[in-house]
Amino acid sequence: MTTGIDDKLWSAVGDPSRRQVLDLLVSHGAVSASWLAGQVPFSRQAVAKHLAVLEQAGLVTRRKEGREVLFQVQAERLDEAARAMAELAAHWDRRLAAIKRLAEAAHADSKQRQEEPS
Amino acid sequence: MAGLVIEREILIQAPPEVVWRTITEPDQVSQWFADQADLVAEPGARGYLRFGDQGGPLVVEAVEPPVRFSFRWNAPNGEAPAPGNSMLVEFTLVPEGAERTRLRVTESGHEQLAWPDAEKRRYADEHQDGWGEFLDRLATLLAKRQAG
Repeated sequence: MTTGIDDKLWSAVGDPSRRQVLDLLVSHGAVSASWLAGQVPFSRQAVAKHLAVLEQAGLVTRRKEGREVLFQVQAERLDEAARAMAELAAHWDRRLAAIKRLAEAAHADSKQRQEEPS
Repeated sequence: MAGLVIEREILIQAPPEVVWRTITEPDQVSQWFADQADLVAEPGARGYLRFGDQGGPLVVEAVEPPVRFSFRWNAPNGEAPAPGNSMLVEFTLVPEGAERTRLRVTESGHEQLAWPDAEKRRYADEHQDGWGEFLDRLATLLAKRQAG
């Protein structure tokens, strides 16, 4: 019953705050935690925590530049996450198509029975 | 809704009452979802979904025939699904004319409890397509930046 996306990745992007951090990292490239903290409605500690989770999921890496630590998104891992999500959407499309078939068959069936006097 | 993962919909040539039975009756559910579905459409009822040799519990949440049906599933290691550890699947049935139903399904994940409601709403509004689309957009944006 898994969704095709591993647990770490799942919980990493399942959180709106972390998606906001990801969003900022994608649009601004390599940035520091304190710059990020200035852009979001939550604390610096929360930013550090979110970065750690994203790092563990492989979505973000850090590197040192002079005295600063910069964070940036790992494109491959992000692609993988996007593909897994597309797969999940496809799952639901297949399920909805099956529901449609079943419901329409049941409906056609009951209409036919109503029309044919037994 | 914060934590929205996915939203899909389909138009069905059958009235909501018929669609309702398809999404709530176990022998029907086992034809479009799990290989075997034990479930009772009552709020709070615990059920079980089997997929091949795997499976896990489900807990029914909203039951408003023939308008809304929701359940939680996908909790880790057979834990009882509850807010915070599982995925919420919600079906909404909207009649279109006498004999058609628009069936919408959303699947959402962990809610961000620490956020003020206004902030949650704003963020949900900006990401109402679900984070499948969000990730897709990010990946595309990133690829463009790296190419450019």
